Amino acid sequence: MIKKTAAELGTLIANREVSAVEVAREHLDRIAAVDDRVHAFLHVDTEGALAAAEAVDAKIAAGEKLGPLAGVPIAVKDVLATRGVPTTAGSKILEGWRPPYDATLVERLRAAGTVMLGKTNMDEFAMGSSTEYSAYGPTFNPWDLARIPGGSGGGSAAALAAYEAPLSIGTDTGGSIRQPGAVTGTVGAKPTYGGTSRYGLLAFSSSLDTPGPCARTVEDTALLHAVIAGHDQRDSTSIDAPVPDVVGAARLGATGDLTGVKVGLVREFSGEGAEPGVMSAFRETVEALTKLGAEVVEVSCPHFLYALPAYYLIAPSECSSNLARYDGVRFGLRVGDDGNRSLEEVMSATREAGFGPEVKRRIIIGTYALSSGYYDAYYGQAQKVRTLITRDFTAAFEQVDVLVSPTTPFVAFELGSRTSDPYQMYLADLFTIPTNLYGGPAISVPCGLSEGLPVGFQVMAPILGDDRMYRVAAAVESAVGTFAPPAL
Amino acid sequence: MAAISREEVAHLAHLSRLAVTEQELDVFAGQLDVILQAVARVGEVAAADIPPTSHSVPLVNVLREDVEQPCLTPAEALSGAPDAYEDRFRVPRILSEEE
Repeated sequence: MIKKTAAELGTLIANREVSAVEVAREHLDRIAAVDDRVHAFLHVDTEGALAAAEAVDAKIAAGEKLGPLAGVPIAVKDVLATRGVPTTAGSKILEGWRPPYDATLVERLRAAGTVMLGKTNMDEFAMGSSTEYSAYGPTFNPWDLARIPGGSGGGSAAALAAYEAPLSIGTDTGGSIRQPGAVTGTVGAKPTYGGTSRYGLLAFSSSLDTPGPCARTVEDTALLHAVIAGHDQRDSTSIDAPVPDVVGAARLGATGDLTGVKVGLVREFSGEGAEPGVMSAFRETVEALTKLGAEVVEVSCPHFLYALPAYYLIAPSECSSNLARYDGVRFGLRVGDDGNRSLEEVMSATREAGFGPEVKRRIIIGTYALSSGYYDAYYGQAQKVRTLITRDFTAAFEQVDVLVSPTTPFVAFELGSRTSDPYQMYLADLFTIPTNLYGGPAISVPCGLSEGLPVGFQVMAPILGDDRMYRVAAAVESAVGTFAPPAL
Repeated sequence: MAAISREEVAHLAHLSRLAVTEQELDVFAGQLDVILQAVARVGEVAAADIPPTSHSVPLVNVLREDVEQPCLTPAEALSGAPDAYEDRFRVPRILSEEE
C-alpha cells in the first residue's frame, strides 16, 4: 500500500476499496518503523491525521464527491504555519511554537481532503542544501543513510523516497525543492513565482520563496500542484491568472510523444561544473527526448554563470531583513530577560542562542551587502544581474519551449563533507538558481543513476508555462522509468 | 586582500543584534571572506545602464474590500508570546530610570 502512487490511493479511497483511515495508519506505521533512521519528520501528528482521514471517510460514506487527492496522506515542510501544530522552520528560535493560523497552502490541502501526517525536517529557515543545518539534526538519504538528502527540503524528499508519504510540500528559494528531489530520486516542482501563495510561509527571501509540490511520480506532482496553486488575496505577489492545466499536460507527456516540442540545452550548464556520471545520465536523457520527437537545440544564456553570486547577495539581503522579526517579543524564544538587561541586550542574546551558524552567516552577509558604501557594488549590482538573467531566459524562450540541464552538479554527498566550507555547499544550487531569479517554473525528474545514486533532470519553462515543464518531465519519466531506493 | 575583517564582522553582528562569541568571530571572519570574494564576481558584469530587478512580478499595493473579516482573538495573537501582560506583549525595559 505505501508504494502506491497518490493517484492510485485517491481512486481506491474514492471507490471505498480502502478507507482513508487505513491508508493513514499504514503510513503512520511506516514512519514509526523507519523514521528513527531517516529522520524526515520533526513532528508527526498522529491524532490530527487520523481525525482528518475519518472525516474524509465519513464524507465519502455520505456520498459526497471529493477531489482526486481526498484521503491521501501528505507531509508538509516545517516552514508553513499549521494551526495548533508545532512549526519551527528547523530553528531553535521557534521551538514549541504552535501557530494560531494556517498558511493558505495548508488551508487548501485541508479543503482538498489530504491527510497531513506531520511536518518535515529542513535546513534552518530553508538556508542550506543538505538539511545538515537543521537545529534538530540532519535527515538521512534513504538511498544511503551516510549521505545527505539534499536541502533545504531534505525531509520532504526523504519522506517520499522512504515511502513514509506519497506526497509532500516543499519550498524553493534557490533549489530547495528540486535539488532534494534530484538526490533522492523523487520529483519536485517549483511553480512560477506568485503561482502559489506565500501567506503563512515563514519568509526567507520574499522575492524568491516559492512553495511547491513533491511526489514520486510526475502525475502525482501535477495533481498536488493543481490543489495548491492559484490566486490568494492575502499574498500581494500572488498572480491573479488561471492555473495552467498541469495535470492534463502531465498526462499528455506520459504518452511519450514530444513531436513539435523544442528543447533548449543551456550551453553554459552542459560542460564543466558537474560530475561526469551526472553529465552522462543527463546526455542519455536528452537523447531519449530526441527519440520521442523533440527537437533539441543548444542555446546560450551567458549570464547564468553569474546567477550563483547574485543569488548569494540577494537572498541573504532579504533574509537579514525578514529575520529581524525574530526578536523575542511576539513568538518563540526569549533569552536573558532578567529584569536588568535592556530590550536590545535581550534581543541580541535571544538571536545568538536561537539561530544556527548558517543563518547567522547569511544575516551578516545581507547586512553587509545592504550597508551604505557597499550597497551599489553588491546588492544593487546583483539586482542588475538579475535583470540580465531574466533577459537571457526571455531570449531563450523565443527560440525554444523549455530549457533543460542537470538539476544539481553532484549526486548525494556524504554527511559532513561540505559543512566546514559554506561556499562548497552553495555550489549544489548552481543549476537551480537562475530560475528563481527569473521567476519561472522548473521541475526535477529522476533520469538515471550515477554510482548507484539518483540523478535529476531539470526542465525550466517560461513564466506561467508550468504545463510545459510537466509535459516534458512526464515524457522523461515515460522514457527512463522511476527509481526506487534499496529496502530500508 | 581580505574582503572583510574580523572587526567588520563584529560590527555587522552588532548591527544584526547577534551577540556572537569570540570563537564564532574567528570562524565567521574567514568563511565570510571566502563567500564575499566569490559573490563579488557580480562586479565583472558590465551593467551600468541596466535597470535593477527586485521582483519577477510587478509590485502593486493590494487592498481588500473594507468589510469585517474574522481575525485572531487577543488570546490567539498572544498565544506564542514569551511574556504577555494585560493583553499586551511584555518587553524588557527600553528607557533607563533617568529617561
